[in-house]
Amino acid sequence: MDKHILLRDLDVPNIRELAVYQANDGYAAWRKALTAMKPEEVVAVVKDSGLRGRGGAGFPAGLKWSFIPKDIFPKYVVVNGDESEAGTFKDHQLLDNNPHQVIEGTALCAYAVQANTAYIYLRGEFLEPSRTLQRAIDDAYAAGLLGQNILGTGYNLDIHIHLGAGAYICGEETALLSSLEGQLGQPRLRPPFPAVQGLYAKPTVINNVETLANVPPIVLNGAQWYRQFGTEKSPGTKIFCVSGRVNRPGNYELPLGQYTIRELIDMAGGTIDNRPVKGILPAGSSAPILPASALDTKLDYESMQAAGSLLGSASFVILDDTVDIVWAARKMVRFFKHESCGKCTPCREGTHWAMKLYDKIVSGQGSLQDVEMLGEVANSMAGKCFCLLGEFATSPILSTLKHFRPEYEAWVSGAKTPAGASFHT
Amino acid sequence: MLKEKRASDIQKTLAKYPSKRSAVMPLLYMAQQEYGYCDDNAIRDVAEILGLDPTEVKSIVGFYTMFHEEPTGQYVIEVCDDLPCALRGADDFVAHCERRLGIKAGQTTPDGKFTLRTVMCIAACDRAPVAQVNTEYRYALTPESFDQMIEELKGQDIK
Repeated sequence: MDKHILLRDLDVPNIRELAVYQANDGYAAWRKALTAMKPEEVVAVVKDSGLRGRGGAGFPAGLKWSFIPKDIFPKYVVVNGDESEAGTFKDHQLLDNNPHQVIEGTALCAYAVQANTAYIYLRGEFLEPSRTLQRAIDDAYAAGLLGQNILGTGYNLDIHIHLGAGAYICGEETALLSSLEGQLGQPRLRPPFPAVQGLYAKPTVINNVETLANVPPIVLNGAQWYRQFGTEKSPGTKIFCVSGRVNRPGNYELPLGQYTIRELIDMAGGTIDNRPVKGILPAGSSAPILPASALDTKLDYESMQAAGSLLGSASFVILDDTVDIVWAARKMVRFFKHESCGKCTPCREGTHWAMKLYDKIVSGQGSLQDVEMLGEVANSMAGKCFCLLGEFATSPILSTLKHFRPEYEAWVSGAKTPAGASFHT
Repeated sequence: MLKEKRASDIQKTLAKYPSKRSAVMPLLYMAQQEYGYCDDNAIRDVAEILGLDPTEVKSIVGFYTMFHEEPTGQYVIEVCDDLPCALRGADDFVAHCERRLGIKAGQTTPDGKFTLRTVMCIAACDRAPVAQVNTEYRYALTPESFDQMIEELKGQDIK
């Protein structure tokens, strides 16, 4: 790619400043939409672009917007900036370094569905990014790009930031809405879906930060322009977060479906000391681990699924042969046990018991029966939890048992960690 | 009382939402700044402003990790030891922090200066090991840079 569409801070220094952003096509899409496009036309171009939700689910954004009923007011736009999946740090960079593109995308979404209020929900740990974003919002108000009678068109829009306070579950859209309403951040039953009854039981669009950052260039340049990047079913570019045992961890924006996992690792400087890759977590802790045999899988939604995992939020955590898989799985299960909101029994109890079994295994007291039991616990959670958090929690257990079972057997036979592994309990 | 001390902040916050209850988290942050942690007085203040039962506010405090239910040190140091950071040495780094401060994660130094906690992923895995000090990021830490940070913070008094 010659130029980034999202991580534009890598091409344009100081694009976080309003003047620089505007000198580089910033808010041009916003002006175009407000002065020359009907709201339905904005929905249509986003629909035609094929943009899919970048928070993890990959649901078509334009389709989501089109579900908003026209005759019910007020409507809301809520931006999901809870970014809490282990290994994910893309929204962090967008908020720190390209905040106006996030604001412009939010504004375009609001205009498209005719909402006059938007909330940007950021995880509480994003206090510093929230200050950058608030400054950018204030500058946009001062320039007449937000607020009352924007650009003399009669359209009004307020954008507020709301800080979470440390709860992974609030990245789940209905839990986020509950949290924003001042309730416990626990998920709600769907239906009703947020598009019909979301925030304050009003029609609500919820999109991820990165999803909305795609919208200004789409509105400005059109759906066909956007579709030159990516594949038929996964159009556009995506930010890939690469972390773990690589030389240059970081965010890499690439067209979907063009490169493979192996090429992504190469872009990240290869593995430390050129060690062989042992496992790939394509979506942090939430999607099944892939063995090294999957290295040539293309980076798009369909290919990752065909390989037995998910693209999700594209947070690639790379494990090399110095990593003890049981240790890594235990870390991930610990995460879900900590983050389980306690609402439903399978997740609350399942993560608790799975953690007990991991602790027993790595204490050297485990048996083959305990390894079997781990699989049973995970299987008794799968498909029975209230929301996806519980489903996600089964991924590290079941996928490591599937691909790396001998490592569990080594632990319970007294051999403990595999020879040469330096990351272990 | 929070109501008097932060009157204009509270008004600004309430104006953002159609429902008062939505202000519970921002108000708890304010109360935590004023009281140091979310004790019963802080909870009662917030509950009164919002017309909620103190029990409801307390449940919010308990649900989220960033509201402190106990007094903390002046500087709360939160080190990520989740998988991506651990793959870049976070476990050893936490052990260093514990040795340097002479406390275990979860504890506060006897002089009340530092609280050390380990936390789940804080979305900065590209710059691991990473910590937050009173919610401000400290990236790409080393044992040396941590020691230096501690020396600097020792000479400051913020609360």
